[in-house]
Amino acid sequence: MSETVIKVEQLSKRYRLGLVGAGTLREDLIGLWYKLTGKEDPYLQLAESNVQSQTSDSDYVWALKDVNFEVRQGEVLGIIGKNGAGKSTLLKLLSRVTAPTQGTIKAKGRIASLLEVGTGFHPELTGKENIFLNGAIMGMNRKEIARKLDEIIEFAGIQRYVNTPVKRYSSGMYVRLAFAVAAHLEPEILIVDEVLAVGDAEFQRKALGKMQDVSSGEGRTVLFVSHNMKAVKSLCTRAILMEHGTVAFEGSPSEAVARYLHQNTSVHDNFEYNEGDNPENAHEFAVLEHACINNSLPVKYEDDVNLEFTIRFNQEMPFHLNFHLKSLENDHIFQTSTEPFQVTRGSKWKVSFTIPGKLLNERSYQASISFVRDGSATFNVNHRLLTFTISERIVESLNWYGTTPGLLNPEIANEVTRL
Amino acid sequence: MSKVDENWSLVIQPQAKWWNLQLREIWNYRDLILLFVKRDIVAVYKQTVLGPLWFFLSPIFTVIAYNFVFGTIAKMPTDTIPGPLFYLSGTTLWNYFSGCFTATSNTFNTNAVIFGKVYFPRMVAPISIILSNLFKFAVQMLMFFAVLAYYMFAADSNIVLTKYVLLFPLLVVMMGGLALGVGIILSAMTTKYRDLKNFIGFGVSLLMWISPVIYPVSAVGSKYGWLLKLNPISPIIECFRLGFTGYGTVSTFDLLYSGGFIAAILLIGAIMFHRVERTFMDTV
Repeated sequence: MSETVIKVEQLSKRYRLGLVGAGTLREDLIGLWYKLTGKEDPYLQLAESNVQSQTSDSDYVWALKDVNFEVRQGEVLGIIGKNGAGKSTLLKLLSRVTAPTQGTIKAKGRIASLLEVGTGFHPELTGKENIFLNGAIMGMNRKEIARKLDEIIEFAGIQRYVNTPVKRYSSGMYVRLAFAVAAHLEPEILIVDEVLAVGDAEFQRKALGKMQDVSSGEGRTVLFVSHNMKAVKSLCTRAILMEHGTVAFEGSPSEAVARYLHQNTSVHDNFEYNEGDNPENAHEFAVLEHACINNSLPVKYEDDVNLEFTIRFNQEMPFHLNFHLKSLENDHIFQTSTEPFQVTRGSKWKVSFTIPGKLLNERSYQASISFVRDGSATFNVNHRLLTFTISERIVESLNWYGTTPGLLNPEIANEVTRL
Repeated sequence: MSKVDENWSLVIQPQAKWWNLQLREIWNYRDLILLFVKRDIVAVYKQTVLGPLWFFLSPIFTVIAYNFVFGTIAKMPTDTIPGPLFYLSGTTLWNYFSGCFTATSNTFNTNAVIFGKVYFPRMVAPISIILSNLFKFAVQMLMFFAVLAYYMFAADSNIVLTKYVLLFPLLVVMMGGLALGVGIILSAMTTKYRDLKNFIGFGVSLLMWISPVIYPVSAVGSKYGWLLKLNPISPIIECFRLGFTGYGTVSTFDLLYSGGFIAAILLIGAIMFHRVERTFMDTV
């Protein structure tokens, strides 16, 4: 077993909510005055009573709470979790941007982060000058940078623009240059955060390749934070899943990814009508249950997606239902309708929809239904959304870790003929 | 139970020891300091027409104005040093101090973005400011030397160099050290007390009136002399004038007091700065 290079013990970070940094001299002087006159500082009282309180009106929040994990040399540790789960805070502590509230981090070797690329680039300086500046900010000395200069310039593919101020660079060139510097840092521990979100496909491949070289070829350790599950699965040797500032799972990347996606296959329970509807009618019907009833979740690309809604009606009316499929960004992908059916007061109905396999893309969707009474009045149930995810296809033949773009990903017949 | 391996190269903990100022680490980042200095010097004058000529224009006009207002109108004494030379010596030194001080006291605000992304000893930023201002100071000293040469050789005056001129490098170090010390104290305090930012601007100009910039120490009567004696800047400026023109009121004790004051300020500043740098990102 290789040696442990990072050891995180009981790491916690507390942030103060509200008017952070609004502390004024006046407030502290009042505090001092109260202290001198032997009374209690009103501000201190206020703060203390709220410390660690879990209620939502607390002034403090634990962005990280009792996080423990170890990383061994040469590992590529994936860190996944929803936004706000504490990933960024963890990285900030690891890269020493801010200090923890409790706990310790012990590390062997230099930690360099790609928290956000291009840090410290000065627009007026040339590409070359910025390589030196950026490298030095990341902790390299001049000799090291000079030795790697050619390699960095080549990796970034900016040979023609070395002596041009970076303010004239395209955003792609800018990012490439920034990543190139960081990739050639040769730190013992490299933190990579969401860099894959930027850059074109070719560069993305290059970057991931470099990351792999760094870990497998050169025996260095990588912490990889990403929302790209495919990349996490194929690049990481281990993964931790963050949830509400704690480590919810630690283990194999595929297991962590599966749990992460399961988190996302959730039901939003607040049942509300959109404001255009007559609230009088709110009690006419109710969605009692809704679920994605597939056996394996997340749904495999090949499988049909089976969605079920259980509804109770309090009216005697002819009704029909519209089914809506939307992306998480709220793009309406399609709508389909049922036949009208006559409902009776207090009757329960089950409605199921089947979306054929090999149609949806590897991403998350939200499904909802709306009610149409008498063929005219429509009631949307906007907040009762069923979210489900299509798992990623690992296509071995393509060395491609990104997701296929597009809302849909149908299998389209194609033929390649040589003329 | 004893732990297996304790040879960690980096241990991140909530509290840092107040006496651990990480001077070694600052030294390790010396290349970064130099690159920051270069950046500051190069970037400011790119795409300006006159470039470093701006370094000359501001003291020239200041001296002309001082000479007119305080010399011609108010007829304030200048220790028998010719007016332009007297005011130039004062403003050159003073500008170095105030430039350094104003910039370093704003360290955390100007660097918030970069501090928010990567770690390097934060002290690198104020130190590089002191050094890059040295460049501007050197350019302005050239002008001072030109004026000095004119009065020594061309004009009829009683200007002479004295042995105190050898202290000049020390005086520059003291001036930079004082600006750094006071600057980082205020930078550490402004992260918490924003109010202080308003004070810095006029605080510097107020401080100038109790420094011998536009009048010599000898012109101040014994009634208010203590005010100037307390000001650690006074011996620096007076010693500078004594060295280059032969006129100045300064004793060894004054210089020692000033040096001790600066050392104390630097130490206090470094401790305060270090306390703030670790978590200031949470409050910005």
